[in-house]
Amino acid sequence: MTLINSKSRPKSPPTSALTWLRRNLFSTWYNSLLTLVSLWIVYLGGRGLLVWMFSQAQWTVLQANLRLFLVGRFPIDQIWRVWLVALIIVAVASFTAGIMQPHRRLAVGAGIVTACGLGIISLVKGQLSDVIWVLAMGGITILNLRLGPWSKARLPRSLLTRGLPILWFLTFFAVLWLLSGGLGLSSIETNIWQGLLLTVLTAVISIALSFPIGVLLALGRRSSLPVIRTLSVFYIEVVRGLPLIGILFIAGVMLPLILPSQVQLDSVLRAICGLTLFSAAYLAENVRGGLQSVPQGQTEAAKALGLNPVLVLGLVVLPQALRSVIPAIVGQFIGLFKDTSLLSIIGLVELTGISRSILAQPRFIGRHGEVYLFIGLLYWLFCYLMSMGSRRLERQLEGK
Amino acid sequence: MLKHRQKRWWRQPRIRGWLIQGLVLFIVGLAIVYFATNLVQNLQRLNLPFGFDFLWSKSGPSIGETLVEYSPTDNIAWAFGVALLNTLRVMILGIVFATLIGILVGVARLSDNWLVRKLATVYVETLRNFPLLLQLLFWYLAVFFKLPGFENRVQLPGPIFLSKNGVVFPWLQANAATMTWVVMVGLGSAIALLLWRYLIRQRIERGTTTPSWLWPLLLWTGVVGLAAVFTQDVPFVMTRPQVINDLVVEGGLQFTSEFSALLLGLTLYSAAFIAEIVRAGITSVSKGQWEAAQALGLKPTLMMRFVVFPQALRVIVPPLTSQYLNLAKNSSLAVAVGYPDIYYVASASLEETGRSVELVLLLMAIYLTISLIISTLMNLYNRSIQLVER
Repeated sequence: MTLINSKSRPKSPPTSALTWLRRNLFSTWYNSLLTLVSLWIVYLGGRGLLVWMFSQAQWTVLQANLRLFLVGRFPIDQIWRVWLVALIIVAVASFTAGIMQPHRRLAVGAGIVTACGLGIISLVKGQLSDVIWVLAMGGITILNLRLGPWSKARLPRSLLTRGLPILWFLTFFAVLWLLSGGLGLSSIETNIWQGLLLTVLTAVISIALSFPIGVLLALGRRSSLPVIRTLSVFYIEVVRGLPLIGILFIAGVMLPLILPSQVQLDSVLRAICGLTLFSAAYLAENVRGGLQSVPQGQTEAAKALGLNPVLVLGLVVLPQALRSVIPAIVGQFIGLFKDTSLLSIIGLVELTGISRSILAQPRFIGRHGEVYLFIGLLYWLFCYLMSMGSRRLERQLEGK
Repeated sequence: MLKHRQKRWWRQPRIRGWLIQGLVLFIVGLAIVYFATNLVQNLQRLNLPFGFDFLWSKSGPSIGETLVEYSPTDNIAWAFGVALLNTLRVMILGIVFATLIGILVGVARLSDNWLVRKLATVYVETLRNFPLLLQLLFWYLAVFFKLPGFENRVQLPGPIFLSKNGVVFPWLQANAATMTWVVMVGLGSAIALLLWRYLIRQRIERGTTTPSWLWPLLLWTGVVGLAAVFTQDVPFVMTRPQVINDLVVEGGLQFTSEFSALLLGLTLYSAAFIAEIVRAGITSVSKGQWEAAQALGLKPTLMMRFVVFPQALRVIVPPLTSQYLNLAKNSSLAVAVGYPDIYYVASASLEETGRSVELVLLLMAIYLTISLIISTLMNLYNRSIQLVER
């Protein structure tokens, strides 16, 4: 028996702007006071920001140094390799997006981003080749957003679900090959990776390397074998008790000492080792949370089917565990991406480091506000893209 | 007749477990031996001895800002002590201020007031999404460094002086009576608190209606009054900063711009995370609990005190602990703004002495100890507020 019929519930009266104001901003005397104080803060902050942006800030520091910010001192005759890497990543990403969730808005967004790219190139007086690269990226995105649904309709589903991870895997190595050289390309030392390029590369490589280590550590911590459990707990807790800058210090100082003297690791590789070891410990804790969320019955059912322990983990437990901790893992990767800024303290020239050397140029002394705002926005953009991608991925996996 | 099939010996779980553990131990041991041999060889090749006696050599690194007496002719061990004090100063002040601001912003995010809610959201989302290092550099180089020199200082009422050199503000200074005052006030507060809790329990158990705050307050006033009678003096003297000439300022408390930038950046960044934790904690208390408290006729203050707050605290404390640990670890970014903390002194000593292995071990030991202390204290507190089930 329902006492209240939802249809007979009285409609809330239409709200006018005035009643909205009264209800949300001036309901009591102290609310009115709070509103006035907040308005004052907004006014002061907003006015200060606008005055600074339009009359005091000098944005030429960005215009003149855009290339340095993005790729550092990458050799100019090899710059096509960076463009090609960007093109490949955009192509694979847009193809994936086209298969997962083709959306008209994505194509519109790609158009807008292309237009912005062209605008920026004209602002910094780029070359014709830059324009062609940007146009190619925009074109291939829009093409792939059509190609995705088309191939989804024609190709078997299993090929796509197996093929996409393999495609990304191959992309990772193709990118590494293009940027470091060898096999027919002139080799580029990792010391020359700088700017945003270095930030993205160190983050992505450390994330990729820390993933298997983190999963193994999480399994080790849940293991019933005391030796393995103790070793995993020891590693995880020691690393989590130290600050990242301390770990980078340790990696920078200790790695050359504990490796044979013939092996020479440059500072970028040492930093990647440090980031990987650091990130693996935190990842292990996240994965452990996921493992705990898989009910015991799943393991028992898988065993009852006669699967051996490795298959129980690989086919039943891990897929469920990892799916449930995607948000936590992406959150951690976002944190790692922001943490790569610490590499500038140990002397790497990534985004924060290159801004330091740009600010040391006599022409641009004292332009800290402009530069930090710009690179802050770059960091923010990448973090935002990552969290958007994770939400898409989550929705996709739930829909299965 | 069924034949009992014995599993082959290497497939028995127990034996297999031992085998796997033995294998793992063997590999880890092998790796350690390999790295240790390389380490010994490399140290020999570089002609570096191993040992902690270098800590007592009288050639400490120069430290710009200290709480106690220190000069570069003191030994390195003392330099570490000075740096530890600097680190602890940032950590403790940072934890206190970040908690206060975090609670304020977290509550503001749940405010009825639309504008306050939005402002708090903007604060949280902005500060959480920019790298901390960038924020520290911003506060140091784009804010404090842009201030005028001390001769053209900005004067705020107080007087508070703002300049490139840092902040100077009025502060309390101890006098002869301070110790007595502190002891008496502490004693009075402790007794009053115990009495108050006793009266509250009486009130809950017996339903007595006497106001529980009256007697403790009277008692406290009495004890503090005794302190005044004993000492016949005020507990503190307020010292205001006074400019002697255009270079020297006396009195008041002085924060250098490095310390101020570090404290400000760390506090505001951590407060954004704490605000989210506080918000999640308060929203986790179900609506039924509020309604039940109202139905019992509790006043809003009592409702917060006895119903909502204890339950929210259970959700808040575990993630708060990890935020405190993060703040403690993040204080090592002090090196970016040139504030001499532990990491700064360790890397400066490395440049002077080249004793990398010992310094790495020392650095690890200090940070692990600090992390351990924070998490132990917070876990004790956490245990004291958890729900006691039958």
